[in-house]
Amino acid sequence: MRAFTYERAASPAEAAAAVARTRGAKFIAGGTNLLDLMKLEIETPTHLVDVNRIGLDGIEGTPDGGLRIGALVRNTALAADARVRKDYAVLSRALLAGASGQLRNKATTAGNLLQRTRCPYFYDPARPCNKREPGSGCSALEGFSRNLAVIGTSGACIATHPSDMAVAMRVLDATIETVSPDGATRSIPIAEFHRLPGDTPEVETALRPAELITAVTLPKPLGGRHVYRKVRDRASYAFATVSVAAVIGGDGRNRFAFGGLAHKPWRVEAAEAESGRGADAVADGVLAGATPTRENAFKLPLLRRTLAATLAA
Amino acid sequence: MEFSTPAGPNPIDTGRVVTKPVDRIDGPLKVSGRATYAYEYHDEFPNAAYGFVLGSAIPKGYIEAIDAREAEAMPGVLLVLTHNNTPKQNGSGQHNSPQLQGPGIKQAEQAIALVVAESFEQARAAARAIRVRYARAKTGHYDLAAVKDASRPVPKSPDSKVGEFDRAFADAPVKLDVTYTTPDQSHAMMEPHASVARWDGDKLTVYTANQMIHWAVDGISGTLGIPASKVRVQSAFVGGGFGSKLFLYADPILAAVAAKRLGRPVKVALTRPQIFNHTNHRPATIQHIRIGAAPDGKIVAIGHDAFSGNQEGGEAEEAANQTKLLYGGENRLIRTRLSELNLPKGGAMRAPGEAVGLLALECAMDELAEKTGIDPVELRIRNDIQYDPAKGPDRPFSSRKLVECMRVGAERFGWNRRDPKPASVRDGRWLVGMGVASGIRDNLVMPSGARVSVDREGVLTIETQMTDIGTGSYTILGQVGAEMMGLPIEKVRVRLGDSDFPKSSGSGGSWGANSASAGVYAACEGLRDEIAKKAGFNSRDVTFADGHVSAAGRSRSLAEIAGQDGVAFTGEVKFGKLDDTYAQASFAAHFCEVAVDWATAEIRVRRLLSVCAAGRIINPKTSRNQCFGGMTMGVGAALMEEQVVDGRFGYFVNHDLAEYQVPVHADIPDLDVVFLDEIDDKSSWIKAKGVGELGICGVGAAVANAVYNATGIRIRDYPLTLDKLLPGLPEMPRQS
Ligand SMILES: Cc1cc2nc3c(=O)[nH]c(=O)nc-3n(C[C@H](O)[C@H](O)[C@H](O)COP(=O)(O)OP(=O)(O)OC[C@H]3O[C@@H](n4cnc5c(N)ncnc54)[C@H](O)[C@@H]3O)c2cc1C
Ligand code: SF4
Repeated sequence: MRAFTYERAASPAEAAAAVARTRGAKFIAGGTNLLDLMKLEIETPTHLVDVNRIGLDGIEGTPDGGLRIGALVRNTALAADARVRKDYAVLSRALLAGASGQLRNKATTAGNLLQRTRCPYFYDPARPCNKREPGSGCSALEGFSRNLAVIGTSGACIATHPSDMAVAMRVLDATIETVSPDGATRSIPIAEFHRLPGDTPEVETALRPAELITAVTLPKPLGGRHVYRKVRDRASYAFATVSVAAVIGGDGRNRFAFGGLAHKPWRVEAAEAESGRGADAVADGVLAGATPTRENAFKLPLLRRTLAATLAA
Repeated sequence: MEFSTPAGPNPIDTGRVVTKPVDRIDGPLKVSGRATYAYEYHDEFPNAAYGFVLGSAIPKGYIEAIDAREAEAMPGVLLVLTHNNTPKQNGSGQHNSPQLQGPGIKQAEQAIALVVAESFEQARAAARAIRVRYARAKTGHYDLAAVKDASRPVPKSPDSKVGEFDRAFADAPVKLDVTYTTPDQSHAMMEPHASVARWDGDKLTVYTANQMIHWAVDGISGTLGIPASKVRVQSAFVGGGFGSKLFLYADPILAAVAAKRLGRPVKVALTRPQIFNHTNHRPATIQHIRIGAAPDGKIVAIGHDAFSGNQEGGEAEEAANQTKLLYGGENRLIRTRLSELNLPKGGAMRAPGEAVGLLALECAMDELAEKTGIDPVELRIRNDIQYDPAKGPDRPFSSRKLVECMRVGAERFGWNRRDPKPASVRDGRWLVGMGVASGIRDNLVMPSGARVSVDREGVLTIETQMTDIGTGSYTILGQVGAEMMGLPIEKVRVRLGDSDFPKSSGSGGSWGANSASAGVYAACEGLRDEIAKKAGFNSRDVTFADGHVSAAGRSRSLAEIAGQDGVAFTGEVKFGKLDDTYAQASFAAHFCEVAVDWATAEIRVRRLLSVCAAGRIINPKTSRNQCFGGMTMGVGAALMEEQVVDGRFGYFVNHDLAEYQVPVHADIPDLDVVFLDEIDDKSSWIKAKGVGELGICGVGAAVANAVYNATGIRIRDYPLTLDKLLPGLPEMPRQS
């Protein structure tokens, strides 16, 4: 861990300005991901701006009947919120399928969206990794890739985005709200928030330098049956091998988003229209263009079967 | 005292304290955070500096250049040790662990530098600033399968050849010829390896997390070239070892070297990611099993070849050894073979040998049961043997209740509800199956001593180098002392893990409870004599009860006899040659029910039962607890534990507890453990045998056999992860 300085911000605008002011500064929320990465010097911020006291820890209704989730709302609180459990159950279930009780008590909504990949080579500073050290090469391509991405990959990186919460937010068409150091605000649809690796796997989201996430908004409830099915080797405390977030039959449509497949929560809206023809037809569309490695090719049949089971349940 | 003839009646048989489920006497310290582990000694070392080990990025080759100038200039840095400035050490002793002795690299994460700074964070940051230029060797072997054919016999594990295996196997009416593989596995104990070293003149004190105090003294003094009498090792509490802490790594040695150089105490702990490659692990195995049987299931020929790899000078994983004893059969061929690999060094882990040997053998038995159409429980009963199959009836087992374990277990588990036809039980989305396996663990014994004393309060103090690595040693040794001296457990103090105390068996190979208890027994025998003498009694016919010693109607309190100076005795058990005459092992039958998700192939254990026969159970509570741990490890070995080799870098790539998966609470259902009544008078005066590792031996195979019963898919390549099952599952029905 490199030495760093620390300050506590009192408001969103001040936090963004503070990060803009110091080169190499970063926000810290729950710290459950950032601190681990700092210990390994995968992240080496020179200055930390603590956003835990800037407010933004409430959940409130929006004028159009949706929900606005503050960036600092803890994963535990979000999963337990009565409105979330009733109207956005897929989100509550996805959250509870992630990490552990202790981690969820600290982890925040914004931090969860921004958590970094669990690719084992990314975590090993002694090995080449384009995401950690652009241009050094990708150790996973020819290496241990069992749990890595099968679709949307590039020759530079085959990492996955590990979040469960983000997959549920993707199926719910969430929007990410931000404020920049100059006070400007933006709303970014979640579909455009996370990026595919391309030639720059180190660039993971649409956020600009020092841009602070203030909230995530959900559109008005869809109804339907909400499912989050996370497949993993052990029963708890493991990242998804594949996961399916589904809202079935809400407003006459089926919606599916997938975790464990790609560098971002994976969703192919066009394929959802094929639901009437069965799970395989949807999966064909979802997995079109997949480029698995030998080690993770099993994720394709696994995803098909998981989707079929989700639909049949 | 030597234990060389079967034990007669003795005070342990009273069963007043021994055999009772006494709560852990160290429990309150543990749950209140007052049990001090090696790295946590702060008050004793107010001035301690912090060391951080830098490990090698290559698996084999040498360091061309190492430049620590930048690191040395960083804030708080006091010292950087590399091979360029570390004094010469000695590598020849069995427990020695020389560090930083030259530019040569023998394994990934081998220590190549130690940075010492005022804080841990400063040392860690500076370690990253050390520049290293490596010359990696062009050759190197990391894949067991690729070097298996170049393997050699292992002198420590001689071939067992009985009868004519080849002919008998060829002629057998039923033949099974299968190969199982098990991966490299990591101990993954909770407490990382950690040491604090301090010098007082030429005397070195090391607090370290270690299972075997006298080996540690040996290794530290041997490596540093100082007399053993100048080294004090303390390890009062150890947060799990599972074999990993039988040996020494960089932490105690480099802490000692740095402390000497700096003239102040130095603490060194390994980080979790380092542990997976720097310390040892259980080597992967390839196991070829051939069984020839008669149509009634009786084995006529049994062959087990176990291959493993290790660094030059490393030991084999002796995965075939249990096959020498577990079942009958006139014709036998059992061989252990070793190849050279350049992976991190392999070593003892959680029941070395049997734990992975039974993963193969006991699944092969399940396959044989299916081939012969005989129930798997019945098949094992038919092949039971009450003596060493190689030596004949002249070497009977000291005690062996495998058949009883099977019968009791089958009844309790509801084995008769198992459908022998695989893949025939459905429960909603789950495919459900049951499996069984035998467990056997060699009963090892080790010499062990203790000093026991009674003070004027009538309190008994037991002191021995024995360690408690979470097993319950404090408690059971207290029970033995209480039983021997006629005291309640509240009147006993137990002090462990200090090299100033008499040498003990230490904790390893499940020999600790029986051996160290026998050591305390021996010491207490002496103390009883001393007390009887002091009281003026003829020591033959005294009784010790209620804090008093009595004979011929007279009675005196121990407190009074001990008086101002107290009374003490140091005794020791040495084990004679009884195991030449008697084969000695603990036995178990493990039963498992699993459910496999028919869509995703996720495997979840529903029920586990272990019925164990392990001699006298000194404390049913701590023993059960040991079995719970073993059973959990069995589930881990069956379903998830695997160190993934990346041959390009010559190391284990999944090196943290997120990626090296062990079972979590959600993976473990209610566990059921039953101990059969058994007294083994050939094992020691305690009449107990090893328990801890028995809990793991065979469990994984019971899980795998249940998976087969649930799905009809036989996987011979551990662990049984869902990707391996998936191709064999039936197609999902199409729906629209
Ligand atoms: C052992 C373990 C197991 C886990 N298992 C799972 C799992 O199964 N599923 C799962 O989904 N997750 C899992 N996680 C990840 C966990 O969900 C994340 O660590 C957590 O959500 C991160 O939130 P945080 O608030 O602690 O983020 P931090 O660590 O504080 O920050 C993460 C990143 O977000 C940035 N950031 C934080 N807040 C803001 C903001 N408001 N605006 C802009 N940038 C911001 C930080 O600068 C940093 O780069 C696991 C984590 C661990 C350690
Ligand atoms: S997959 Fe991505 S994160 Fe993993 S090694 Fe390759 S570049 Fe790095």
